[in-house]
Amino acid sequence: MTWETVIGLETHVELATKTKIFCSCTTEFGGAPNTHCCPVCTGMPGTLPVLNEKVLEFAVKTGLALDGNITRHCKFDRKNYFYPDLPKAYQISQLYLPIVRDGKVSIRLESGTEKLIRIHELHMEEDAGKLVHDPWLDQTRCDYNRCGVPLIEIVTEPDFRSAEEVIAYLEKLRSILQYLGVSDCKMQEGSLRCDVNLSVRPAGSVEFGTRTEMKNLNSFKAITKAIAYESRRQIELIEEGKRVIQETRRWDDNKDATFAMRSKENAQDYRYFPEPDIPPLEISDVYLEEIRTQLPEMAEEKLIRYQAEYDLPLYDAQILTGQKALADFFEACVAQGVDAKQAANWIMGQVLGQLSAKGMDAKDMVLAPSTLVRLITLIKDGKLNRNTAVKVFEAIFDTNADVDEYIMSHGLEQVNDPGALAAAVKKVFDVNPQSIEDFKAGKEKAFGFLVGQVMREMKGKADPQAVNRAVREKLNF
Amino acid sequence: MEIFELTALELGAALKKGEVALQDVLSQTQDRIYTCQEENNAFISITKPDLAPTIGDSLLAGVPMALKDNICTKGVKTSCASKILGDFIPPYNASIVEKLIAAGAISMGKLNMDEFAMGSTSETSFYGPVRNPWDLSRVSGGSSGGAAAAVAAGEVWYAIGSDTGGSIRQPAAYCGVTGMKPTYGTVSRYGLIAYASSLDQMGPVARSAADCAAVLDIIQGKDPYDATSLSGCYGNLLSSLSGDVKGLRIGLPTDCFGEGLDPEVRQAVLDVAQVLKSRGAIVEEFSLPIMEYVVPAYYIIACAEASSNLSRFDGVKYGWRAENYEDLTDLYTKTRSEGFGSEVKRRILLGTFVLSTGYYDAYYKKALQVKFIIKTAYDDAFQKYDMLLTPVTPATAPQLGESLSDPLKMYLSDIYTVPLNLAGLPGISIPCGFDSNGMPIGAQLIGPALGDSVILNAAHSYQLETDFHKKTLHRKGGTSA
Repeated sequence: MTWETVIGLETHVELATKTKIFCSCTTEFGGAPNTHCCPVCTGMPGTLPVLNEKVLEFAVKTGLALDGNITRHCKFDRKNYFYPDLPKAYQISQLYLPIVRDGKVSIRLESGTEKLIRIHELHMEEDAGKLVHDPWLDQTRCDYNRCGVPLIEIVTEPDFRSAEEVIAYLEKLRSILQYLGVSDCKMQEGSLRCDVNLSVRPAGSVEFGTRTEMKNLNSFKAITKAIAYESRRQIELIEEGKRVIQETRRWDDNKDATFAMRSKENAQDYRYFPEPDIPPLEISDVYLEEIRTQLPEMAEEKLIRYQAEYDLPLYDAQILTGQKALADFFEACVAQGVDAKQAANWIMGQVLGQLSAKGMDAKDMVLAPSTLVRLITLIKDGKLNRNTAVKVFEAIFDTNADVDEYIMSHGLEQVNDPGALAAAVKKVFDVNPQSIEDFKAGKEKAFGFLVGQVMREMKGKADPQAVNRAVREKLNF
Repeated sequence: MEIFELTALELGAALKKGEVALQDVLSQTQDRIYTCQEENNAFISITKPDLAPTIGDSLLAGVPMALKDNICTKGVKTSCASKILGDFIPPYNASIVEKLIAAGAISMGKLNMDEFAMGSTSETSFYGPVRNPWDLSRVSGGSSGGAAAAVAAGEVWYAIGSDTGGSIRQPAAYCGVTGMKPTYGTVSRYGLIAYASSLDQMGPVARSAADCAAVLDIIQGKDPYDATSLSGCYGNLLSSLSGDVKGLRIGLPTDCFGEGLDPEVRQAVLDVAQVLKSRGAIVEEFSLPIMEYVVPAYYIIACAEASSNLSRFDGVKYGWRAENYEDLTDLYTKTRSEGFGSEVKRRILLGTFVLSTGYYDAYYKKALQVKFIIKTAYDDAFQKYDMLLTPVTPATAPQLGESLSDPLKMYLSDIYTVPLNLAGLPGISIPCGFDSNGMPIGAQLIGPALGDSVILNAAHSYQLETDFHKKTLHRKGGTSA
């Protein structure tokens, strides 16, 4: 029998507001334990939450970008449960009237086909703190720095059928959130977290199987592996005549397997009820229009524009618009007057190469667009050859040092002196008579060797095309 | 000058004129508090007042007052009369405390109450019951029993209480003082340890309506720390007290004068109507057929919110923690079992039940619908009347221990006060007579939302004509003035 995997996602996104959702403490990551806290976010008796308006703005922005319906009369609810990382013993969230409903995200698959993923809802909530276990003292300590950091949770319909679709969706979602500037989406810092709801059913079946929810998925790689593992586990269970139990399972990255955390029977009753401390939010037409006009140009719009305006191939446009930081970098280069295709080539080649070699995010890049623009201009003006330019680029990538100063202090200017080139050619030809013979005997490789030797003689600073030309002339063909 | 015969406004004026010295006032007040404390147990913490170097401009600057022990005071224990917060010292001041300090108020300490403001007699306190200064064998009422008793006994000139279902108005009636719950949202709740957030409201207990107005003028107003606080609700209340009630339309809901009401209380409240009528008001009876729903709806909503609000008291961060526990669940269970009293546990359990899956719609949602119906009934009434007049309680203060044995009976005694919390309306309790045992009787004036000045003015008008509010100083029993 063939099986179909059915997946729905719950994605928690930490919003990039400066302050927390219900108080004015900083949202900055890290910090010594319990230093980014106040009576409000530590749930001191008598304190009250006051909504950070930026959180609403970011949620509405995201809702509009996901083509969702904004709930015009929107409320917060309390989700009650006891845990030491939750100082009020309830999380302020939204159950009954979430800020956004019925959105959609279009994803593009390897095969080139497009697929629409439906968004069930998006709601605002607060993050909890962190528990740190000290095995030496056998103590658990609470760090409330994360308490009250604003989150949005984006819940999809069960529309995914493969890990590929899930990853394509998450990449698209990340791009949208980054374009909006509402989150930095750093998975390693937990600002993008994803729970995967998965079930399997015989291919062609209309009814859903029993699903499990997987937690603790901290990377796209973990998500891909977990989906493969959990599908296989469920299929094997059914094929053995056993039942899948509805439960929450924890992914273990070290063991590459999921483990049961709690079953539905043991699930908590969160006793949701409307949060009495926050009056309902009324979203006006004026407010909604104001947010709508603030929406930036999104990846899809840029994709079309890059092809039309800069004459870039689809492939280039896709790569450049894949991350907002790259698109911003590219546009800044073009705005400073360099050829769009040249800029695109450098970004797709050298910039991405350096980022991937260093495991960095484009948004954390130090190198300024003006630096790349300067390098490209020097090549164009014949003052730097391309190979040297790449070396300079690599050398100053982390520091964004001044290009001209670097070239000067390292003596890397291109030598355009015809006399020096002629002398170098003569010297190389004098000491390599065999190569000349080989070339004349039809060995093409000898040409490359001679060019390389002349370049070496010129300490790599000559214009490669001039060297080519000179060697060719000397060989007289 | 006998300072204990003055109202808060009079003492404030005397201090400003230099007729009395602040130091003398404070030392005499402290002596009186220590003496009375032995008898009525109105205080949980008696604090040494911070001395202001000069008397400020505010009308009540330098006048000794006290705060209910569920109002957070920086550096001063705030226990909610519970074992579970027995050692809790807040790191911050409630917003109204900041406002009072800015107005030169001098706090003499923190007042006893029912544990977490849950109760109608101030007997559920971990620190022992408050006794009624008029008869020490009787309760003070609750939950702001300490506030009412301390003002009645002349220990402070005014106090700040909180009112979730009558907790200011009912003890004020039992103790023969004036107490007011303003419109929901007019006084910031930031720093009030929540019982039921959608119903809680702080307000003054004092010797007169004018004193209440002066206190409200200090503590009212929009607070950036409380999203439910209202902006620009009303102007200066004290200056609006003309005492003129000519043409004021007063409605008497017949449903509040029927079965279960003590005849002596009924007569005293009807007499209030006569007094106001004699001063030009128009009094009319009407039907308010919601009374049988108010107590069940109130207890469902209040307990539901309380079950959530009180969850944070888990022994992890502050307050009482059980000494021996096996694991996390055991820590929670033991801490909360040991830390809370039985009335608080009863309400947490009730609230947890009504919010549980399968019961939410049947109880909590239905209670919210009833709340809406109650609010609508009052809105309709205020189409016809400027103000309503009812009793505060069905009877005068019971004997200590009498109510605790029958919680349902105790809950039902809240019938006249709880609908105002459900509808968010202002209400003031004024002394209007004594029963045959010599215990004070209270009348409740109810205004429309933000009609606080209407009922304060009517109360003031009544107090210009009568002297029941001045009788506190000549009470029987307790310490003589």
